[in-house]
Amino acid sequence: MPQLGETVAEGRITKWFKAPGDAIKPGDNLFEIETDKTSMEVPAIAAGVLTEIRVAEGDVALVGAVVGVIGGAMTASTAAQTPGSTRSEPRPAPAPASSGLRATAQQPIKLNPFQEVRTPERNFGPARLAGGTVVTPLARRLAAEAGIDLGQLAPTSTSRRISARDVEAAIAGGTKARQPTDRGPTGDPQRIIALYERGSFEEVALDNMRRTIATRLTEAVQTIPHFYLSIDLTTQRLVEIREETNATAPMGADGEPSYRLSLNDFLIKAWGLALRRVPAANAVWAHDRILRFAQSDIGVAVATQGGLLTPVIRKADAKSVIEISAEMKDLTARARARRLKPNEYQGGASAISNLGMYGVREFAAIINPPHATILAVGATDRRPIETTDGFRFVSRMTVTLSCDHRIVDGALGGELLSAFKSLVEHPVGLLV
Amino acid sequence: MAELTYRDAVARGIAQEMARDPDVIFFGEDVAKPGGVFKATVGLYEQFGPKRVRDTPISEQAIMGAAMGAAMTGLKPIAEIMFSDFFAVCFDYIANEFPKSRYMSNGQLKCPLVVRTGNGAGSRFGAQHSQSVENWCMMIPGLKVVAPSNPRDVIGLMAAAVRDPDPVIFFEHKSLYPVKGEVPDGEIVDTLGTAAIVRPGKDASILALALMVPRALEAAERLKAEHGIDCEVIDVRSLVPLDTQTILGSIARTHRVFTVEENPRLCGWGAEIVSIIADEAFYDLDGPPVRITTPHIPLPAADVLEDAVLPTVQRITETVRRSLQS
Repeated sequence: MPQLGETVAEGRITKWFKAPGDAIKPGDNLFEIETDKTSMEVPAIAAGVLTEIRVAEGDVALVGAVVGVIGGAMTASTAAQTPGSTRSEPRPAPAPASSGLRATAQQPIKLNPFQEVRTPERNFGPARLAGGTVVTPLARRLAAEAGIDLGQLAPTSTSRRISARDVEAAIAGGTKARQPTDRGPTGDPQRIIALYERGSFEEVALDNMRRTIATRLTEAVQTIPHFYLSIDLTTQRLVEIREETNATAPMGADGEPSYRLSLNDFLIKAWGLALRRVPAANAVWAHDRILRFAQSDIGVAVATQGGLLTPVIRKADAKSVIEISAEMKDLTARARARRLKPNEYQGGASAISNLGMYGVREFAAIINPPHATILAVGATDRRPIETTDGFRFVSRMTVTLSCDHRIVDGALGGELLSAFKSLVEHPVGLLV
Repeated sequence: MAELTYRDAVARGIAQEMARDPDVIFFGEDVAKPGGVFKATVGLYEQFGPKRVRDTPISEQAIMGAAMGAAMTGLKPIAEIMFSDFFAVCFDYIANEFPKSRYMSNGQLKCPLVVRTGNGAGSRFGAQHSQSVENWCMMIPGLKVVAPSNPRDVIGLMAAAVRDPDPVIFFEHKSLYPVKGEVPDGEIVDTLGTAAIVRPGKDASILALALMVPRALEAAERLKAEHGIDCEVIDVRSLVPLDTQTILGSIARTHRVFTVEENPRLCGWGAEIVSIIADEAFYDLDGPPVRITTPHIPLPAADVLEDAVLPTVQRITETVRRSLQS
């Protein structure tokens, strides 16, 4: 199971293109996988015959797992391990885990000569806490598994480090256990089901994407201190420029205009420039530090059948609106076909979500971690504004900025929105 | 059941295999009529005669070359290198020839031989006759490496080594030759690649090899009696293949690990095992893995100095206690 991005831990095989016995050559598509965000065809890199499928269609495997075996002329020799290494005498049965610690089930481990370096599948946190306290690997694992906050523990008097004993004591004491963060569906589904009449609903199984959305957004709401700033913008000139630009688009070879820009394309550009003008807000929270970016990479929320995806427009501040528009069309199409690569939806420090096409006037969005902000864009409509001799109707929209207060304070958020407003209301700034 | 010395067990182990299989032959310097400089092969010449038990010239390369030729042409030789330090003068055979022949000939040539050798310190033989060099062999792909710590294992692992289809380096510890142990009657056949839990315990795992096994056991008793620390002692027995299941299983229960090595510190066998533990059992560790080794120095000949540099019962006890209680 290939690694499809840093944060992806597992994938589901949705299709095998080959059956056991089929001849394989490098480049042949072997199988298709679905991760939490995308699906992808995986080609063979070796020649031979597919001798075994270990993970069937529909099944999930951890990254790094063997999903199938390609056999061929070259069979790895493991000469050093050949003698029938079964024991001549019975091995002492493993003692039950002492002092309640979970003994890891040990599988026989073949140290064959071709084995790559094996590393633990999960990291259970840093060895040294913020205050300088050292935590042993086992203690970190036990604490993570039990939901214990290591920051709340202190080494016992005889030890200079937090060890398994300290974590066990905390577990036994029943205190300090953190509310478990929602890692997808927890709780008892039967209790929910019992509230509704049988037959009045259909059950929809969760796919990886829905599961990931549930986990990440729950985590975002629980861990990011959100606050919200709304501002009204006059989009009159932007709307006019857009119409004029589209009306004068050169014709392509197919006789169609070579581009058709959306209002959102302009807003992405404006948001990229605004972030560049306020670099302190073009940053992400990395727990013990802040990462600040020189270029503006912006996630753009795309609704797909399976759920929300946010492909990232890189360097939105440096691209022309036409470039952004073309890129968005491509990313949107591939997001809807679930053909995005992980590096196309990861990264960035901010995102834009636009529900204007549904007539939504304004809304507040949940920040997509690890971003620091997300800009929620409402519908453009004609609203009255006061003039010297009364009022007139102009195109206006309301945008709401969700901020992570750990990075973006109110004033900084205001500065960012103000920069955006200026760029939208004086769109010549987008051209020069 | 009989009580046998480690040196007598060597002769019995070889005799068991020579009696079973007429293809097994044995040769080395002063091993036949004199019965070996360590008297570990007394009686074999008388029992099996000059055709199967031979004295050789003083040339380690000749001994190794003869063993390889005999092995490739159908015999199952056991060859002695008197001091394992002398592997350095015939290392081409050990590193380049024995372990590669099957591979490079695509299985057309086989090299089923056993090199047995006197290994280790404690006998005041000085820097060139006292080293523990099992790590030299552990690093060569294609060699199997065993180092028994007691008379019973000497016989059982010798049988396993002779019956193995590939070259096996058999390290006998010179300081263990006079040590006695209970040995069952009849044929004994053990399995390569298996470690033994020689003392179960729950607080820490101590991995030891050869002469370090009795020292680790004594230290474990002392830790229990004086400090209430209950150590599991594992006799690693076989470095290649390595019984990772027993070792990692023990660490999964005790969560602490110590190696006791006679190898000098750099690249001693414990370093490789600790590396495997870091890969496979990192989140089972409740404290750093600790290696107790000989320092990285040429071994001194003076008795006081030699005793001072090898891991002692006292040093093992103190190191484990300090690490667990600090």
